[in-house]
Amino acid sequence: MDVKFPVDELILIAPEIILCGFGLLLLLIEVFLKTKSKSFLGILTLVSAGSALVFVLKLSSFSTDLFFGLYSLDSLGSLTKGLILVMLILVVIMSLRYVEREEVISGEYYPLLLFSTLGMMIMVSSKNLLTIFVGLELMSLSIYILVGLFRDNLKAAEASLKYFLLGAFASAFLVYGIALLYGSTGSLDIKGYLEVIAKGDTSTVLIIGVALIAVGFAFKIALVPFHMWTPDVYEGAPTSITAFMAAGVKSAAFVTFLRVFYTAFLPLIKQWGDILWLLAVITMSYANLTALVQQNIKRMLAYSSIAHAGYILVAFVTGEKILSSSIIYYLVAYTFMNVGAFSCVILMGRKGEENLDIDSYAGLSARHPFVAFCLTIFLLSLTGVPPLAGFMAKFYVFSTAIKAGYVWLAIIGVLNSVVAAYYYLRVIMYMYFRDPVKEIGRIDLSPSYILVSLICIFFLIYTGILPRELMLLAEGAVSVFF
Amino acid sequence: MSEYIWLIPCFPAVGFLINGLLGKKLPKAVVSWVGCLSVFFSFVCSAVLFFELLRLAPEARIIEKDVFDWIVSGEFVTRVGFRIDPLSIVMCLVVSGVGFLIHVYSVGYMHDDPGYSRYFTYLNLFVFMMLILVTANNLLLMFVGWEGVGLCSYLLIGFWFEKDSASNAGKKAFIVNRIGDYGFLVGIFLLFVSLGTKGVWTLNFSELERNANLLSESLTALITLLFFIGATGKSAQIPLYVWLPDAMEGPTPVSALIHAATMVTAGVYMIARLNFLYSMAPEIMFIVALVGVLTAMFAASIGFAQYDIKRVLAYSTISQLGYMFVGVGVGAYAAGIFHLMTHAFFKALLFLGAGSVMHALAGELDMRKMGGLKKYLPTTHWTFLVACLAIAGIPGLSGFFSKDEILWKAFLFPHAGVLIYIIGLVTAGMTAFYMFRLLFNTFYGKERLDEEVKHHVHESPKVMTIPLIILAILSIVGGYVGIPHALGGGAHFEKFLEPVFRGVSQKADYHHSLVVEIGLMVLSVIVALIGIYVAYVYFLKKPDLSEKFVKKHEKLYKTVHNKYFVDEIYGFLFVDNLLRVGRFLKNVIDEAIIDGIVNGLGYFMRGLGGILRFLQSGYVQAYAFSMIVGAIVVVGYLLVKVIP
Amino acid sequence: MVEFSYNLYLLLSAILFTIGAVGVITRRNGIIVFMCIELMLNAANLAFISATGIHKGLEGMIFVFFVMTVAAAEAAVGLAIFVMIFRLRGTISVDQMNLLKG
Repeated sequence: MDVKFPVDELILIAPEIILCGFGLLLLLIEVFLKTKSKSFLGILTLVSAGSALVFVLKLSSFSTDLFFGLYSLDSLGSLTKGLILVMLILVVIMSLRYVEREEVISGEYYPLLLFSTLGMMIMVSSKNLLTIFVGLELMSLSIYILVGLFRDNLKAAEASLKYFLLGAFASAFLVYGIALLYGSTGSLDIKGYLEVIAKGDTSTVLIIGVALIAVGFAFKIALVPFHMWTPDVYEGAPTSITAFMAAGVKSAAFVTFLRVFYTAFLPLIKQWGDILWLLAVITMSYANLTALVQQNIKRMLAYSSIAHAGYILVAFVTGEKILSSSIIYYLVAYTFMNVGAFSCVILMGRKGEENLDIDSYAGLSARHPFVAFCLTIFLLSLTGVPPLAGFMAKFYVFSTAIKAGYVWLAIIGVLNSVVAAYYYLRVIMYMYFRDPVKEIGRIDLSPSYILVSLICIFFLIYTGILPRELMLLAEGAVSVFF
Repeated sequence: MSEYIWLIPCFPAVGFLINGLLGKKLPKAVVSWVGCLSVFFSFVCSAVLFFELLRLAPEARIIEKDVFDWIVSGEFVTRVGFRIDPLSIVMCLVVSGVGFLIHVYSVGYMHDDPGYSRYFTYLNLFVFMMLILVTANNLLLMFVGWEGVGLCSYLLIGFWFEKDSASNAGKKAFIVNRIGDYGFLVGIFLLFVSLGTKGVWTLNFSELERNANLLSESLTALITLLFFIGATGKSAQIPLYVWLPDAMEGPTPVSALIHAATMVTAGVYMIARLNFLYSMAPEIMFIVALVGVLTAMFAASIGFAQYDIKRVLAYSTISQLGYMFVGVGVGAYAAGIFHLMTHAFFKALLFLGAGSVMHALAGELDMRKMGGLKKYLPTTHWTFLVACLAIAGIPGLSGFFSKDEILWKAFLFPHAGVLIYIIGLVTAGMTAFYMFRLLFNTFYGKERLDEEVKHHVHESPKVMTIPLIILAILSIVGGYVGIPHALGGGAHFEKFLEPVFRGVSQKADYHHSLVVEIGLMVLSVIVALIGIYVAYVYFLKKPDLSEKFVKKHEKLYKTVHNKYFVDEIYGFLFVDNLLRVGRFLKNVIDEAIIDGIVNGLGYFMRGLGGILRFLQSGYVQAYAFSMIVGAIVVVGYLLVKVIP
Repeated sequence: MVEFSYNLYLLLSAILFTIGAVGVITRRNGIIVFMCIELMLNAANLAFISATGIHKGLEGMIFVFFVMTVAAAEAAVGLAIFVMIFRLRGTISVDQMNLLKG
């Protein structure tokens, strides 16, 4: 067989190549750098992410399969890649100061961020389970390390261990599921499954395979009962990494989940629809109820992120291809509000004293009105208050459910948002109506955090008031399912 | 230029932002320039557009421009878009023109106020909202303006919020307006839904007009009635007029701009804008005209017995607004708008004149403590006199043309037109009487000033008198654009507005007798002269006559002086009962029952959360176990579901 | 000659997978837990290889190589984490890690 490597297709994966190249380059440079000048690495990371973003935008009009179908370029992938890169840029901007403050000595911080992002990008732009698996593992392995990057911190170490063990455990489910699917169909391409299923050939092995793949993704997007790592890992990880995980990993995994299930398994919607319905309800309710009693704000946000996964799942279970744009919209809005919220959480802390207790936020409005204002915007958006993007996102998701006939699911979702409002607004109440309980010292109002917060606020307000453009983009993205 | 219609409301918005965000740090001069120029630019834009419109053929005089999509939901799209046609351009010119003069006047009037920049911020916001209201090309955007001017009105009435009476008046205005707005909003909903079920989801005026025939008669009547309820709130008609007299707590230029010249006419504008709906509901038009004329007479009679000059003017405004409603109610939309315009000139002038008097007398409002001011305030005096003549309907001044036009059209109105005409005519006489009572008491006769005030009575600065003079000129010549055919004029104003009211204007041609028309004019002039003469006799020639009269009819006088106790009746009927219901709802329903349930649920949820958190034991193997259980459930369920 | 039976291989791999999963939730020692996970991955490998037997394609085999590579990478990361934990706490018993909970 004479197969030539398609060299000319390389340009089409320029963003991935840039990230990979810069990741390796940074590892090399790091060796020669003095410990003081870590921000140089950060700037280089920004440069690489920025240029990758430019390429993603340039290539966004392409829609083609590359490398013998192992990789693809399409609107869904491009939009998600763009989102992930923007998220990376925001995280890197806030890391510039955060890394300096926490005196991270290991230089792998930025390269690992790049590799992890690369993994996400690979994952979201493939229709082949092999590539998806590789991307997923690249993303996860980098994050296992990033979580435990503060080597002397007991909590970080424990979070790292938990995430690693459970992540590997979930990967085993995923791989086994892929193996079973391969066994029953002989294909690794998700379009291949569609053909088999369309023929009505649904063996037990295939069904178990589908279920196990669902379990693997459910772990990454933290659906109850596969969520238990989330609060612990989110709490233990460095806060910038928490933001990275909450926004990036979840978006990438959700998009891949969406792609796999909506491309291949839609004919089986009746079957998995029910089970996901149940998962959505359990996820929303469990996460919101548990979040009510959290005192640690990172933990609270972790439960909130689980709950948001539940909301998104509400739109997911409908199996309506057209309406799945609401999922994309939600992910985008969710990314910005979470990154923003975590940037405020970072802002509140100092080296060795993170001030994660909700009591630390009491009376914040008087001492630092700007921080209080930013956090209020993010929390309101998470609550789903108009005119912020969080509201439109919830609106689209629930209206999707209603249009598809899942009225009860939408009602449960709305009731859950009401419960959720309690713990979001509680923080706002603490900030504005409580007297300070404890001394939290001077806050480091570095421009890097302010910039991130302002970008996120702008975005949330803009897309909240004028949701049309983003919605059109999202509709373009999900057009790949037709 | 027609591409840039949005610039008209845009300028005041910019002024609002500059003054609102930076006003406290900017010097006063900059604040004044920003405030005045922004409105002036709007005026210039409006004027340019006006001449552009004139160049077009009468039928083509509609320029619509959508700026961006605002709300998109299924088939329904509402855009932020503007519409310039003869009706809206007239409103734009009046709002920005009179608005500009009042801004300039305010520079002098508010000069020493500590809230100077706040004042101009609100005032610019008001002009912005008002321009949005009159240029919007759909009901929803119009409603934004409608609510926006309501907000500004509230803010400006309560401008001196340290004063209890001012902040209460603000609240009263806001709440009473809410009642009307509620009607307006329900009307919008009803219109939207009833057209929507016929397949036309739209709120755009042109599209509404095209599709209005889809509506059934009864629905149209209900919708227009609801809109009229909205109009009675904003334009201070029976039964919702009670807020306007109290609104005089605000700074006087505000009363001139918002509560006389522009905002309160929004209801008239709205009805004129929706003329195609109203023409389909003749019963409602009759109600509009009736309410209008009754309000006109009722308010005029209250004006007899007030001593506070601003309150007299307030009742006069209500009364004149009644005339405008008579105009639009009898289908003479052009006449209504004509009176709206001339009224804007002379009523703004009257208020600014009153402001000038207050300025001279250190805030004195009671006409019993004035008199003989003519020699101290010459400019204020003659401009005030012009305005009084105009409002009284003396031939040659603007008020004469517009008021007579309305009365004439009312006379021709087939449903009880003569009755409306007679009430209107009597009211015209009453108007002349109480306006001249005000004039004589203030500027003529014996000086009744307090001693210490007397020392520094002074004419106002140029920045205040020049707007007065310009408005006085406008009050005279403003009517010449609409001289009726009967007097050899060209009725240009009516012709200009005709395209907007095409096909719906009153068919006024039947027994159009020149003799009758001129006869009626002469009659109304005579009535006005009688009013003036009576005022002259009672208040200038033999002042003791009026005192005797008051003593003789003390009960009647007290009733009128206390505004027929309407406030008290409303208080007894509605406010007290509502408060009682409110207290019941709060104490029993809300605090005991609802709060009980909600709090109970809240505690329950928290308790549940507290239990659930123990599942999160911290042991990684427990987590793995939960995953395995989950996986078994998922796999098992799918197997059961797929393989029977 | 014994005939190739995909189902029997699948059964074996399922048993291996289950043993691995049970090991993960019962063993205390972190390294053994991790090895149980490796066992699960190898169960998947077995399933892949046996599937190649019926489909005559190469993809399954190639996937096995990728799984092995990933497993190796996981081992590297995992051991590093265990070393870190051991340095901090002097034990790698997973049932002693419950600082984070609730």
